[in-house]
Amino acid sequence: MKDIRSILQQRILVLDGAMGTMLQRYQFTESDFRGERFKDWPHPLQGNNDLLSLTQPRAIAEVHRSYFAAGADIVETNTFSGTTIAMADYHMESLVYELNYESANIAKKVADEFTAKEPHKPRFVAGSIGPTNKTASMSPDVNDPGFRAVSFDELRKAYKQQVEALLDGGVDLLLVETIFDTLNAKAALFAIEEVKEERGIDVPIMVSGTITDASGRTLSGQTAEAFLISISHIPVLSVGFNCALGASQLVPYLEVLSARTDHAISAHPNAGLPNAFGEYDESPEQMAQQIKEYLDKGLVNIVGGCCGTTPEHIAAIAALVDQYQPRKLPALIE
Amino acid sequence: MKDSAPKYLRLSGLEPLVVTPESNFVNVGERTNVAGSAKFLRLIKEEKYEEALAVARDQVEGGAQIIDVNMDDGLIDGKKAMVKFLNLIVAEPDIARVPIMIDSSKWEILEAGLQVVQGKCVVNSISLKEGEQQFIHQAKLIKRYGAAVIVMAFDEVGQADNYERRIEIAERSYNLLVNKVGFAPEDIIFDLNIFPVATGMDEHKRNALDFIEAAKWVRENLPHCSVSGGVSNVSFSFRGNNPVREAMHSVFLYHAIKAGMNMGIVNPTMLEVYDDIPKDLLERVEDVILNRRDDATERLLDFAESVVGKAKENKIDLSWREEPLQDRITRALVKGIDQYIVEDVEEARLAVNKPIEVIEGHLMTGMNVVGDLFGSGKMFLPQVVKSARVMKKAVAHLLPYIEEEKLRNPQIGDSKGAGKILMATVKGDVHDIGKNIVGVVLACNNYEIIDLGVMVPPDKIIAAAIEHQVDVIGLSGLITPSLDEMVHLAKEMQRKNFKVPLLIGGATTSKAHTAVKIDPQYNNAVVHVNDASRAVTVVGDLLQKDTSEVYKKSVKEDYEVFRNKFLNRGQQKEYKTLAEARKNKFQINWSASEIATPRKLGIQMIEDLDLSKLVDFIDWTPFFRSWELHGKYPDILQDEVVGPQATELFADARKMLHRILQEKQLTAKGIFGIFPANTINEDDIEVMVPSQLTGPNHESKSEGDRKFVFRTLRQQLRRKEGVADFALADFIAPANSGKQDYIGCFCVSTGFGTEALAQQYERDLDDYNAIMIKALSDRLAEAFAEYLHKEVRTKYWGYAANEALSNEELINEGYKGIRPAPGYPACPDHLEKLTIWDLLQVEEHIGVKLTESLAMWPASSVSGYYFGNPQARYFGLGKIKEDQVADYADRKGITMEKALKWLAPNIADD
Repeated sequence: MKDIRSILQQRILVLDGAMGTMLQRYQFTESDFRGERFKDWPHPLQGNNDLLSLTQPRAIAEVHRSYFAAGADIVETNTFSGTTIAMADYHMESLVYELNYESANIAKKVADEFTAKEPHKPRFVAGSIGPTNKTASMSPDVNDPGFRAVSFDELRKAYKQQVEALLDGGVDLLLVETIFDTLNAKAALFAIEEVKEERGIDVPIMVSGTITDASGRTLSGQTAEAFLISISHIPVLSVGFNCALGASQLVPYLEVLSARTDHAISAHPNAGLPNAFGEYDESPEQMAQQIKEYLDKGLVNIVGGCCGTTPEHIAAIAALVDQYQPRKLPALIE
Repeated sequence: MKDSAPKYLRLSGLEPLVVTPESNFVNVGERTNVAGSAKFLRLIKEEKYEEALAVARDQVEGGAQIIDVNMDDGLIDGKKAMVKFLNLIVAEPDIARVPIMIDSSKWEILEAGLQVVQGKCVVNSISLKEGEQQFIHQAKLIKRYGAAVIVMAFDEVGQADNYERRIEIAERSYNLLVNKVGFAPEDIIFDLNIFPVATGMDEHKRNALDFIEAAKWVRENLPHCSVSGGVSNVSFSFRGNNPVREAMHSVFLYHAIKAGMNMGIVNPTMLEVYDDIPKDLLERVEDVILNRRDDATERLLDFAESVVGKAKENKIDLSWREEPLQDRITRALVKGIDQYIVEDVEEARLAVNKPIEVIEGHLMTGMNVVGDLFGSGKMFLPQVVKSARVMKKAVAHLLPYIEEEKLRNPQIGDSKGAGKILMATVKGDVHDIGKNIVGVVLACNNYEIIDLGVMVPPDKIIAAAIEHQVDVIGLSGLITPSLDEMVHLAKEMQRKNFKVPLLIGGATTSKAHTAVKIDPQYNNAVVHVNDASRAVTVVGDLLQKDTSEVYKKSVKEDYEVFRNKFLNRGQQKEYKTLAEARKNKFQINWSASEIATPRKLGIQMIEDLDLSKLVDFIDWTPFFRSWELHGKYPDILQDEVVGPQATELFADARKMLHRILQEKQLTAKGIFGIFPANTINEDDIEVMVPSQLTGPNHESKSEGDRKFVFRTLRQQLRRKEGVADFALADFIAPANSGKQDYIGCFCVSTGFGTEALAQQYERDLDDYNAIMIKALSDRLAEAFAEYLHKEVRTKYWGYAANEALSNEELINEGYKGIRPAPGYPACPDHLEKLTIWDLLQVEEHIGVKLTESLAMWPASSVSGYYFGNPQARYFGLGKIKEDQVADYADRKGITMEKALKWLAPNIADD
């Protein structure tokens, strides 16, 4: 299989869209979430989407399949909350390894099906590593700004477990995404470096931050450039932004990255901003029209969708990127 | 590599810091270092993190592009302190915007620091001191944490102390980092050891030069790295001689930066501008730094002695600006410095969750100090008013944010202040200096002041009290008719079933009047308060939930006791009948008395007097009194207790006075006249305004002779035998004496422009100067009256043409003749002003009006009579009896009711 690094030199890769939006279409009930295995779990489980990899694996595979069919080159594993820290909400810390491993497995199998059918367009699986629900550099207690709900070391350990399970499950790359606190991401990246060193491997890493609003900063207060500098010690495959904003709103921040990094640039924005009901209603055509600006300006190497995006959105994006050359990358060491 | 990402040192806090070849020298703030700052060490030891944060903030605001944090001290848990402090810094966006330099000699502290900062930091420092293995291990982790690193020129052998050792260690470190660890070369910063020069030891002579040359070598031979150092070391041997040290730092930096040093720890206050270093000093310092002569050290030492003591003398001491935020705010409030308050308050605002917390926290903490100092007599009124000015500016800055916060969180509602106080100068009265001062001082104590201003009709006071749901109503008045207004208002409050306490204040008010006349009208608390400091305690006692009821009750009882005592005492006084008193009038032997004929009869107007003529006539003592500083001028300036404050206040006053004169901010107008007059009917003075007398506009009066009558009042209190019962009429020859006598009257004002200036100051939230301008213009009006009296004595009337009196003698009334004013003790009836106004056509000519209570407007005005007889003297009427009131009403042609009303304060109670 061709290395993703060399493919990135030749074309823009398409990342999948939202997992959650697709899973909503199944309208799973509490008992669907529990399945047979967790029917007696003492805590409510509805909403634990990562768990569906164990209780509804066919649905997860179907979502991946529909994204690949829409033209995605990379799908993300269903592991956004796959750390002991995030799973503590459901008291499922003990299942973290299995969740990540199985999720990776499901995605990898579907990817392999597509790669076998279309060898000219190999499909990749990115292990999704979310931010967790705690922040290492912000206090949840406004009256105690020095307090931290989670430490770097706790995050590092939790991420390390997730990374190991994802790699064991067969992911091709790791995607540290939706970074609203750069310190959390640095803990994840620290863990990844440890695993890489221990295993003697060089797994490609994608890093994707989140600019929360028009202030142009992450939730933890960094500007786009400060964020970029803060993760620059890691030899990443790509750096980019996802979530929170629609495609157009991301342009200025992608421009900051594009001017200042030699890495590939990724973007997977939301389908616009949420409407009054918290739903995303930007159509595939509307979104693609905005993505076109990225392409016209040569800003990206990897593009996909985040909240509210569907295979239809990805299909529209995939159709578009076919007509464009990727953002120029400096010659990579082969 | 693309041009977009050349190998520059890139650091980040919340914002990026990219060090390019074009960048200026990167200044690292070093005061958050327990090893270098005793103050910071103390703050950390005492866990005063809030203040420690302020130190960090000051550095960032002062231009530090990176802040160095060091917690290496034997007595503190360095790791814990580092984590805690960095966590707090991260929560302060105005500090966290810059990258952090985590500084420790202990690896565990460095690592703990790296684990809590999201941006790209600098680790300070690692070295080969403990060998390659540890060096590599630490470097690898630093890389993994995503930080740049300072490498000390130190190895297993020791610290590099010459050129060769420096470059040897630097090169070895660099190769290990870049080739073995894979450290980005641009993330390496070498600290090449800055050591002192001019120590007297030969081996130290090249210390600076070796550093400079090594820096040059490193920058030329070790690509992409940076060079740093702690600059103050170089001048260590000149501790205590800042001018020399500052010059040494500048010279060192000048050459080191040229050689390639691009970052360093420099105290910006310990730096002279290179070009400003005197040539002789510069030459000697450069000789030392660059080791240009063998005797360089001796020459600089010799020279240094001459430089000592020439330290910058004229600098204002701004060292307090380095202190923690709360200290600065408190200091600004206590010292009344408003220069920095907005920036400090903004800093405080950014540090709290809700802007109101700045008021309730930082500002009230400061104002409590002010209140304590004022309460304990260590601060004086002018200072408190200045504090209030600072407070007002601070609050004004916060208000928009508080409003914004209210919109965002309407359910939270207003933060409850200590209470709402309505203040008003009553109907017909225009004097508000005292009221304003009390308002300011109360506001300082967190009371919300609703100030309705002057001449406020009772219905407006009642309506405002209801509308604002006030907790206290404070009434002020200076002239006697205001007393009645206060009584009236107390009645109204009772009628409307008010419950809130009523405060009474103002020059004419007294505890007696309050107890006897006002208190019985109102079933709730009435308190007479005549100074600002007492107002605070009284209002506090009135509103404090746990003491309020008890206090109100005790006040009520106290006033009742006082009233009863007063009334009983009053009954013991004996009065003469008016007829008896008249028999005992003050006798002037008119046949022997020489009456000076005025040189110039008639009315004169002064339209725009040069104010500078008045300065020498100012009586400053009442000025200090209006600020509650008691003592006689000029002795008060030397007073042991209030001297310094009086001196400062006086300086401020002189400054404002100077501006008033320079910019002609106030206009002085006056009108006066001298007329033939004789006493008639015992107590009246008949004034003849003959037709040939010209008016101020030199129009001849065609309506023929006009007669005016001034009515005077006579003392009735029975005193010891042989003491006359005075009336002003006694000083004018009676018609039946056959002598033609004269009387004068006048009105002067310097109040034209005062109100506008005061309002301007108030708009600028500057109560201090708003009160100051009023107090000054009052003084100028009095000075004008004094000046004009002298002009009259020596020129227009001319009975004292050869008078030569000093200002002090003038103030002590060492002259002949008097100028009593209606409304004052000798002639307390304000109604008499109407006669003066009519006679002189005061309002038409100079624009000074009379209010319904016969207060003059503008407020800074003085009016009165001139009596020229050498035996004329000031006296106090005291109480009179109803027989005189009836007689007076009859003479004056007014109803008894009206006479009772206007003379009320002087009528003896039966």
